[in-house]
Amino acid sequence: MSKGVHYRMGKLCDNGRLFVFMKDALMKREGEVRIPSGCAIAAVISRKKENIPGSLIIKAMGPMHDRSNGLGGGFAGYGIYPEYKDFYAMHLFFDNRDSRKACEVFIKEYFEIVKSEVIPTRKIPSITDEPIIWRYFLHPLMSMMLSLQLDEKSFVARAVMKINTELDGAYVFSSGKNMGTFKAVGYPEDVGLFYRLEEYEGYSWTAHGRYPTNTPGWWGGAHPFSLLDYSVVHNGEISSYDANRRFIEMYGYKCNLQTDTEVITYILDYLIRVKGLTLNEAANVIAAPFWSTINGEKDRRESEIHAYLRKTFPSLLITGPFSIVLGFEGGIMALNDRLKLRSMVVGEMRDRVYIASEEASIRAMDDSAKEIWAPAGGQPVIVRVEDERA
Amino acid sequence: MSIDFISPEFDVSRNESRCIKCRICVRECANGVHIFDEKRGILISDETKCVNCQRCVSFCPTRALKIIKNPNGLKSNANWCSDSVNEIFKQSSSGGVLLSSMGNPKKYPVYFDRILINASQVTNPPIDPLREPMETKVFLGKKSDVIERDSDGKIKCSTEPQIELSMPIMFSAMSYGSISYNAHAALARAATELGILYNTGEGGLHEDFYVYGKNTIVQVASGRFGVHEDYLEAGCAIEIKMGQGAKPGIGGHLPGAKIVGDVAKTRMIAEGSDAISPAPHHDIYSIEDLRQLVFSLKEATNYKKPVIVKVAAVHNIAAIASGIARSGADIIAIDGFRGGTGAAPTRIRDNVGIPIELAIASVDQHLRNEGIRNNISLVAGGSIRSSADVVKAIALGADAVYVASAALIAMGCHLCRNCQSGKCNWGIATQRAELVSRLDVEVAKTRLVNLMTAWRHEIMEMMGGMGINSIEALKGNRLMLRGIGMTEKELEILGISHAGE
Repeated sequence: MSKGVHYRMGKLCDNGRLFVFMKDALMKREGEVRIPSGCAIAAVISRKKENIPGSLIIKAMGPMHDRSNGLGGGFAGYGIYPEYKDFYAMHLFFDNRDSRKACEVFIKEYFEIVKSEVIPTRKIPSITDEPIIWRYFLHPLMSMMLSLQLDEKSFVARAVMKINTELDGAYVFSSGKNMGTFKAVGYPEDVGLFYRLEEYEGYSWTAHGRYPTNTPGWWGGAHPFSLLDYSVVHNGEISSYDANRRFIEMYGYKCNLQTDTEVITYILDYLIRVKGLTLNEAANVIAAPFWSTINGEKDRRESEIHAYLRKTFPSLLITGPFSIVLGFEGGIMALNDRLKLRSMVVGEMRDRVYIASEEASIRAMDDSAKEIWAPAGGQPVIVRVEDERA
Repeated sequence: MSIDFISPEFDVSRNESRCIKCRICVRECANGVHIFDEKRGILISDETKCVNCQRCVSFCPTRALKIIKNPNGLKSNANWCSDSVNEIFKQSSSGGVLLSSMGNPKKYPVYFDRILINASQVTNPPIDPLREPMETKVFLGKKSDVIERDSDGKIKCSTEPQIELSMPIMFSAMSYGSISYNAHAALARAATELGILYNTGEGGLHEDFYVYGKNTIVQVASGRFGVHEDYLEAGCAIEIKMGQGAKPGIGGHLPGAKIVGDVAKTRMIAEGSDAISPAPHHDIYSIEDLRQLVFSLKEATNYKKPVIVKVAAVHNIAAIASGIARSGADIIAIDGFRGGTGAAPTRIRDNVGIPIELAIASVDQHLRNEGIRNNISLVAGGSIRSSADVVKAIALGADAVYVASAALIAMGCHLCRNCQSGKCNWGIATQRAELVSRLDVEVAKTRLVNLMTAWRHEIMEMMGGMGINSIEALKGNRLMLRGIGMTEKELEILGISHAGE
C-alpha cells in the first residue's frame, strides 16, 4: 500500500501541471469536443444484500493503476443511504456559490428539499481544484408532476437534463434513490480516499479509472455516469457513438458530455425504463447477436425476438470495443461488445460476485474468489440481490 | 451551309493504316456515322451524327478508331461558352425546348468529393472483414413504437411491413420503355441474385418479370401506366413517384414511336400513342391527398407492403419530407439534382433542384428534430457513383441508396447522354429489336452482380476501418465524416466538422 502511495504522489506534479496548461491553452471544455478514453472498471455485489464497505472497491483499483492516467476516477454505491431511501439523492458540482444559489432556486421549483449538505471530503494533495460538491435529498413536488403529466422518474430525469443543459456552473452527477456516485479528476484510489468512501456501506459498488486521450480535467467528465438509479462504468471507445447519440437525442436526452458512457447510460435508461425491455433484451439490442447467429438459433422464438429487437432498434446497436457494468437498484449487469474487444472477467465467492477488467483486481478484493471466467462477447452477466428476484 | 450550322462536337479519327475495312463500325453505329463508300472502297464518316457512345471504338478489331473532341470551335469566351451559343442556334432554328438525358453534367460542387471518411487508430481497433463478421443487412420501413407483450410477458414480434436488403443499395426506377426488355431482365435477375431490389419505374411490369416479384418495387406515377391489382400485388413494395431529381416539377413523355408491342401492352395503352405523365398526380394537389393515395394502396394490398414516396430534392425538401413522414408512408426516397433520366428538358435538368448530399443531411436532421425519424426510412439517390458515396450517404443519415446510372454503366452505358434518341448502340435505352439484342442478359446480369459485390466488399473494408461491424452503426454517424474545402455554412448544413477539427 505504501508503495502505491509514493507512486501516486509522484504523479501529482504531472497532474498539477496539466491543469495549469489547460487553463492557459485554448482547449475545448468537456462536452464541446468528443473525448475517447481507455479505462479500468470493477464491481462487486452481495447477493444477500450484505453491507460492503467502500474501502473494498477502492482496493480493486490498485492493481489496475496503469489503466488510468489520473484524469478521472469514480465510484457508485447502492444501498448507501438507507435513512433517506425514499428520496432522490442528487449529487451536484457547482463552479461557485452563485451557481449553487441559482440552482437551488430551480430545485425548489420542482422538489421539496428534505436535506441538503456538503458531501464530506478529505483534503489530500493528489486531488486539487475541487468544485463545490453538494448533495440534496429530494421529493418531487406532486403539483409540478401533475402539471407536466409525467411519471415520477421521467420528471426527475427531465429536471436533471434541465439543470445540466441550462444552468451554467451546475452539474448533477448522481440522481437515484438510495445510491450515489462519487467522482473526481485523479486516480481512482485517490478519489475513493478523497470522498471518504470507507465511511459508506452498500450492497453493490462499481468503480472506474479513466484514461482519456485528451486532457479536459473536468470533474463532471469522470465516470461513473448516472441517471436516476442507473449508473454505468465503461471501458472502451465505441465506433457507433454519433449514430447512437443522434438517435437517443430524439427522445429528450441531451448528450452534454460527448462521452461514450453518457450515451450508453441514456440508451439503457431509454430501453429499460421507457421502452420496458428486460435487461437481457436490452443487452440484445446494444450488443445484438450477428444475423448469422440469429438465423442459426435453434429456439425459433428466441431467434424471432432477437431479429425483432434488431429491426426495431437498429440505431441503438453499439459497435466498437466496450465492457460495461450497469448498476441499478437491486443488481448489476456486465456486458461486453459482441466481438469482445475489451477484457472483462467475473469471479464469485459465497454470495458475492466480482467483475473487473483484470483478474488481479478481483484478487485484490478477494483472493479466495473462485470460478473466474470471461463472459463471451455480447453475453450479459446479470446479478440481482436475492429479495429483488421475485 | 447556314447560320444554324453547328460544328460537330466530335471528330472521327480513323487510322487508315490499321483499318481493314471490315465494316463492323458501320453495322454497330445506329446513328449512321460510319459509311462504306462502295465506289472508292473506303470508309468515310458523317461526324455530325456522332454522339460519342464509344460503341465503334470498343468493337473496332484493329483499334483504328478514336472519337476526339473537335478542335474547331467558337472563339473562346468565359461567359458565352460554346454550349450556350449552340443551344441558341438550335432553339432559334426549331423554336423548341431542348432535350437531354442522363444526369446534370454541369460544374456544380460535388459534396461527396469534399467529404472524407474516418478510420480507427490506437484508441480502438479497426476490424478486419476477412476475419470477423461484417454486416451490411438493412431493413427499411417504420419501426415499432410500442413494444407489445403477450400474457407470458414475451415480446410480440409483429412489425410494420419491412423490406430486407442484403446491402443498403437498390436499383432505382427505370421504366420498361425508357430502357429495354433485356436491361430490365438483367436488373431483375441481378437484384434477385444479390438479395436487393430493382424498380419498375412507370412502365408497368412485363408479365415475364412477375417471377422476380419478391425483389421488385412497383411504381405508381402520375400517368398510372400499367397499374392494376395484380401489378400492385406482384412487388414487395409500392413506390409513389411524385418527382424525379433530373426533372423536378416536370412530368414525363415517352413518344409514341417507343410505345410498341409489349411496351404498349405493359403500359396498358394503345400502340403508337404518346405516354404522357402529367407533372402532378391529378389526385394529389396537397399533402392530405398524398395520405389518401398512400392508404388506398395499402388498403388494396392488405397493409402487407411498405409504401415508398419518391420526391425530387428541392429547396424545401426537409419540410416536404416531414409531411411525407406523417402521411403514412413507410419510406421516403429522395432524388438529388444529379439523378439520371431517359429524357428531360435541358434547362430543368441543369438548373432545378439541390444536391442529394445536402438534402440527406437536412432531411435526416429535420426528422430527428421533430422526433419522427423512426417513423420512416430514408433512401437517397441522384448520382451515387461508388461505394465511398454509399458510405458517405449512409453516414450523413440515409438508410439505403438508389443507384441507376452506375447500374447502366455496368451494363455498357458510356454516358453519351442521348437516351432520348432511342438509338442506344449498347441496347439499353432503346426499343429497336436489333439494338436490344446486343445486350446479353446473362452478361449484363453478371456485370451488375460483380459491381454490387465489389461495392459491398469496399463498404465492408471502410466500415472495418472505422471499427464498425454493422451498417446500422454507420447510419447517421456523422462523426465519421469530415469536410474539406467547405464553408462554415456548408459544414453546418451537412452537420459535420472540417478536416483537422
